[in-house]
Amino acid sequence: MKEVIHTPVPSVEEEEYHINMGPQHPSTHGVLRLVVSLQGEIVKNLKPHCGYIHRGMEKMCEKDTYPQIIHLTDRMDYLSAHINNHAVCLLVENALQIEVPERVKYIRTIMDELCRIQSHQLWWASFGMDLGGLTCFFYGLRDREKILDIWEETTGARFLQSYYTPGGLMWDIHPDFQKNVKAFIKYFRKKIRDYEKILSGNVIFTERSRNIGLMTKEEAISYGVTGPSGRGSGWSCDIRKHHPYALYDKVEFKEILYHEGDTLARYMVRMDEMYESMHIIEQLIDNIPEGDFSAKMKAVIKLPAGEYYQRVESARGDLGIYCISDGNKTPYRMKFRTPSFSNLSVLDHISRDLKIADLVAIGGSLDLVIPDIDR
Amino acid sequence: MNSFFNYFADIFSGVKSLLIGMSVTGKYFFSPGQIVTQQYPENRKTLKMYERFKGEVIMPHDANNHHRCTGCAICELNCPNGSIEIVSARIDGPDGKKVRVIDKHIYHLGMCTFCSLCVKTCPENALAFGQEFEHAVFDRSVLTKILNQPGSSIIKGTEE
Amino acid sequence: MASTNIYDNFVTSLTQSIHNGLYSSMSPTWALITELAIIGFVFLMFYALVGLFLVYAERKVCAFMQNRVGPNRVGKYGIFQTIADFIKLLMKELVVIKNSDKLLFTLAPFIIIIASFMAVAAIPFAKGLHAIDFDIGILYVIAVSSLGVVGVLLAGWSSNNKYSLIGAMRSGAQIISYELSVGMSLLTIVILAGTMQFSEIVQGQEFGWFIFKGHIPAVIAFLIFLIASTAETNRGPFDLAEAESELTAGFHTEYSGIKFAFFFLAEYMNMFLVASIGATIFLGGWMPFHVSGWIGFNQVMDYIPPTFWYLGKTGFIIFLMMWFKWTFPRLRIDQLLTLEWKYLLPINLFNILLMAFIVLMGWHF
Repeated sequence: MKEVIHTPVPSVEEEEYHINMGPQHPSTHGVLRLVVSLQGEIVKNLKPHCGYIHRGMEKMCEKDTYPQIIHLTDRMDYLSAHINNHAVCLLVENALQIEVPERVKYIRTIMDELCRIQSHQLWWASFGMDLGGLTCFFYGLRDREKILDIWEETTGARFLQSYYTPGGLMWDIHPDFQKNVKAFIKYFRKKIRDYEKILSGNVIFTERSRNIGLMTKEEAISYGVTGPSGRGSGWSCDIRKHHPYALYDKVEFKEILYHEGDTLARYMVRMDEMYESMHIIEQLIDNIPEGDFSAKMKAVIKLPAGEYYQRVESARGDLGIYCISDGNKTPYRMKFRTPSFSNLSVLDHISRDLKIADLVAIGGSLDLVIPDIDR
Repeated sequence: MNSFFNYFADIFSGVKSLLIGMSVTGKYFFSPGQIVTQQYPENRKTLKMYERFKGEVIMPHDANNHHRCTGCAICELNCPNGSIEIVSARIDGPDGKKVRVIDKHIYHLGMCTFCSLCVKTCPENALAFGQEFEHAVFDRSVLTKILNQPGSSIIKGTEE
Repeated sequence: MASTNIYDNFVTSLTQSIHNGLYSSMSPTWALITELAIIGFVFLMFYALVGLFLVYAERKVCAFMQNRVGPNRVGKYGIFQTIADFIKLLMKELVVIKNSDKLLFTLAPFIIIIASFMAVAAIPFAKGLHAIDFDIGILYVIAVSSLGVVGVLLAGWSSNNKYSLIGAMRSGAQIISYELSVGMSLLTIVILAGTMQFSEIVQGQEFGWFIFKGHIPAVIAFLIFLIASTAETNRGPFDLAEAESELTAGFHTEYSGIKFAFFFLAEYMNMFLVASIGATIFLGGWMPFHVSGWIGFNQVMDYIPPTFWYLGKTGFIIFLMMWFKWTFPRLRIDQLLTLEWKYLLPINLFNILLMAFIVLMGWHF
């Protein structure tokens, strides 16, 4: 195994100058501040400064009951709201050893995959915009709108759904849900061709992303870069495969792996994952069994005293929730291991000695969601 | 010689990929029927929200100004950020005993995060989601609402 | 060779009558000054109108490409949107930057706008409808339009902002490189036309535009001209000087109000300019589409006024440039220079040789 090289932070030489990318900068997609040392246009060193959107979520969890925590996790990684909710629900269900009805598992898996698709759509949109292709942004959002409509019909919200509850779902799916999802899959299988035509094959795009931001598998593991970014470096880290939850052990899907480790590989992983997610949904959507949409739960949920850890594969990577309960209705301590935080840590390493334009491309390919970093 | 051919192959494949990209944008340019934008203020009359849309929390009243809220404060208990305050009063019931009724069901829309726990946990189904979404106001105090209408009372048969 | 265009006499007689009227009513010096003032005023109005229209057109074009409606609030179909924007920009505060070079900071937008303004003078809009008809019109246009980069560099330098500086330096490298390709692709046609005077170049395209006359080398030159001129106007996939997602707004980050509007207008004016040069050199300018021998067809074509021909061709090239901009992602600075020095320049040099050979052998139409 190759040794991981941690380059020491070089001292600031005279010809280096600093610029602040962020907190208000078009390519950081939020309030992330990167202090970049530049030599001409070459990035020499980069320091991320987090905390501009820190809301003390872990502390807030300590006064909230378990059903109340769910609506907080929505706001953590807002693009994988369903998946974050799923993590908390699984934590509680596993701690109490509750078997949720089969119908719930089906619906949750479909919702999670819809969530992954829309997250990747928005990522594609904003990645295209980062690289200067403004039209990509509108195409991505146009198609994402269809998923949001499906959600709005069932959950009542477009963005922050809080649809899952410990033991099941807030309410049953809308009668039109299956029909609309199938229509969407049909629609999107056509529209994703546009994505490939306008960006994937484009010579400017491939030239700008190939061999840029190289990250080896060892580096991905040592920095804890999970999710599509890690799988672009050939690290098989899909929680859905390795620690299946919901129905992921029943459905057939491939874990997308690319071994190049560059920006293009990370891009291709996400593009292929959209196809895989559609494949998963197609297997489930016609077979949703009848039944309850929630298991019987006590009015006040109290976890037995102890430590719990639950991992799910969010659209950005490995989301882990570590919880210490002292037997009360609120947790004693909650800790979120959010994927974006770890993914950000590698940015300095892989963007050194590249240009500012590359830094923007790499940042886009890591798919950072800033509230997920700061929590 | 090989690199010489590669040079031209690069040019042609590059130009081809660019033309493919242009065909997409060109296709949409010449088919204006694909426009997806909604003309919002104009379509207010026809704009219909989904029935489950979480615009705000409301307390449905029937024609006789009756609601179903008993003032049990379960919604207040379940609200994660204190958006709901229940002010209940005790009045004389028909059999002489004191009965708890709702005096004011105060709802702070500005603090609500639409987690839907209050609607979900209400034992009497007294709360529901309204479809109003134009909540912009000039004065924050307008966002504090009293959900039970003045003079309303509980539907007979649902009181404790 | 006598042109039978029915509109020619009208334009010539109009300008002649104004000229004669002025010279007969006042002394020659004053008549000349009045003439200059009239021309300046006309061009200024034209400049503003074209700028406003192009901004509107770009917003509509990009909106349709992105499945949107575009501006549609101010006036029917939003046609007054750009005028409203202009009024807004006029009323905005001109922010003064601390520790900036005040003089250069103020000067830069004027340099840019003057450079593009000067180049318009040589463009023929119809037969006899141009401010000045140089013998070396092409050389003049190339020389004048490349002055704009000075404004960009000054703007970036004087803003005392690192983003602006990076943008300005990029733009400097970019324009100096691509200036070469623009010049060479025009030279290819100069070889074919045998003159640098715009009026004669247009006249030479009476029976067949140069892009058809010069067939292969002319088409190559046209493509190179399209790419290089898009780069020279800092637009489309070559907008590295602005690079919104990297440098926020590049060289004009610190500008506000009317100074920003100058940069904004100049961008569109430059686009109009290179499009009209391209239309004049390659597509025959105001010359209608004629086929040698088809007299009836040629007469029908003559009924369309030459200015419409000119505007149509220019509009076509402008649309192509907008299409580029709203489709492609942005290049990186080193790729930009690679494209120029590794691809465009060698092809261009070879193309000139080819054209010279073809002209020598008389293989053109």
